Amino acid sequence: MSDTALQPPAPGETNIAWQRVQLARHPKRPHSLDYVQRLFTDFHEIHGDRRFGDDPAIVCGMAFFEGRPIMIAAQQKGRDTKQKLYRNFGMPKPEGYRKALRVMQLAAKFGRPILTLLDTPGAYPGIDAEERGQAEAIASNLREMARLRSPVIVICIGEGGSGGALALGVGNRVYMLENAIYSVISPESCAAIIYRDAKLAERAAAALKLTAQDLYRLGLIDGIIPEPGEGAHTDWDAAAAMVRETLRKALDELTPLSPEELVQQRFEKFRRMGNFFTE
Amino acid sequence: MPWFTRPKPKTETPPAQGERRVRTEGLWLKCEGCRQIIWRKALEQNLHVCPKCGYHFKIDAVTRLRQLLDGDWETYDDSMVSTDPLEFVDAKPYKERLAAMRQATNLNDAVISAGGTLNGRPVYICVLELKFIGGSMGAVVGEKITRAIERAMARRIPLIIVSASGGARMQEGAVSLMQMAKISAALMRLDEARVPYISVLTDPTTGGVTASFAMLGDLNIAEPGALIGFAGPRVIEQTIRQKLPEGFQRSEFLLKNGMLDAVVPRPQLKQFISKALDFFCGPVAA
Ligand SMILES: [Zn+2]
Repeated sequence: MSDTALQPPAPGETNIAWQRVQLARHPKRPHSLDYVQRLFTDFHEIHGDRRFGDDPAIVCGMAFFEGRPIMIAAQQKGRDTKQKLYRNFGMPKPEGYRKALRVMQLAAKFGRPILTLLDTPGAYPGIDAEERGQAEAIASNLREMARLRSPVIVICIGEGGSGGALALGVGNRVYMLENAIYSVISPESCAAIIYRDAKLAERAAAALKLTAQDLYRLGLIDGIIPEPGEGAHTDWDAAAAMVRETLRKALDELTPLSPEELVQQRFEKFRRMGNFFTE
Repeated sequence: MPWFTRPKPKTETPPAQGERRVRTEGLWLKCEGCRQIIWRKALEQNLHVCPKCGYHFKIDAVTRLRQLLDGDWETYDDSMVSTDPLEFVDAKPYKERLAAMRQATNLNDAVISAGGTLNGRPVYICVLELKFIGGSMGAVVGEKITRAIERAMARRIPLIIVSASGGARMQEGAVSLMQMAKISAALMRLDEARVPYISVLTDPTTGGVTASFAMLGDLNIAEPGALIGFAGPRVIEQTIRQKLPEGFQRSEFLLKNGMLDAVVPRPQLKQFISKALDFFCGPVAA
């Protein structure tokens, strides 16, 4: 992949935020495990947070990428009804975030790079999740990911649903697939608040500036991974191949850095985010 | 339920209740906790805690600073104003909403970043202003709090953040979201520097504020009865399609579930923080 592939498209294109929302949620869009299957060898899943339980909405495991060891922590949606229920529609609970943190810290202990895949409508808003400290789990991940002494690569492959996605999102490199979205609130919830009508989600999607192009322009992500044809759902293998190029390049860039440099680079990247004020 | 002590003796007697409609409006008010009519002056003298039932009324950021600090304070980064990165428009343009809020609150955004002394000890303290777009966090709140953390770290002065917020600010989209990561990363460095950070959660603290700095204190303490959570109660009700149990997501619920270090009534809050800082840092240098 050429460097230009990581650049955003030229400005002036028509606003296609809502189309991207639908593509990001497309029923045939590849999910995390579809990429894992295509990108890695010897993937071995690691379960449980050793505190409460094992959350199927986040899949973690050890794998090899072109011979190199890499730890995976990925938000996982289901495809059929049974799988959707099993994965809780990709909405993690505190034990999911705590599992992810545990395996990321395990990887860092042995100097292994970490890949996280973001694809969730959001953290699960339920009684049990609140009881077990959903907010605390997300907050801890944000702080502790900043401390990890090994390379962290984040790819938003579908829906980057607010804090629930960001809880796995503090990386040295953060990429989005071309049709992925990343937002502080879902377009439906936003529409319900500002227009008092969830059916106006289309308008809210545009207002929220949630596309990969928007985030790139706002300086919040490092690059955009192109998708094949009409979108990743049309050719999973080709989509995975494009992710592979980006992952290889990121690993090549980050592997030479010392643990201190990695922590520093990650900190400085997030420190600069949001210089949208006058003084 | 007098589980707190009145900080100041009553100096005035309330006018007879029958007179209130005839005389001044707003002299009396109804407590949201016990539904009893209380004298405004008595409420103010009791740090805006109902003298009858202990209900904690919401207070603004300046009142909070007055309650926690010894005297005057310095403020930082006051002039910072959002440039509206999304050019967001809802019922009205975000820029106009900001201007109206500035007018109404006399603040440029939803946090006051201050420095002062607490029982003689220098502290930095950030207080979120609920009246400013629900105390929500956009780029300005994110930057001001991050700078306060860095100031605390550089000068090794304890940091206190008092939260009252609906979470990340929708009108600044993903820019707001990333402030959660920015602040949390700065708190990682403060943690490594071993400078104390005390988080005070007040009514309400939800969303991206709870899911970042509000839950990351060396101590996380809350006022009684405060709504604290990640998802708002209405969102949860819509998801699970059932009524939520009484007391769900209130301070006492979080305490029971192991998510808070302590629930501290407002009249004891300053003393609690003071003693905690004594514990962490040793006594104040004379
Ligand atoms: Zn009362």
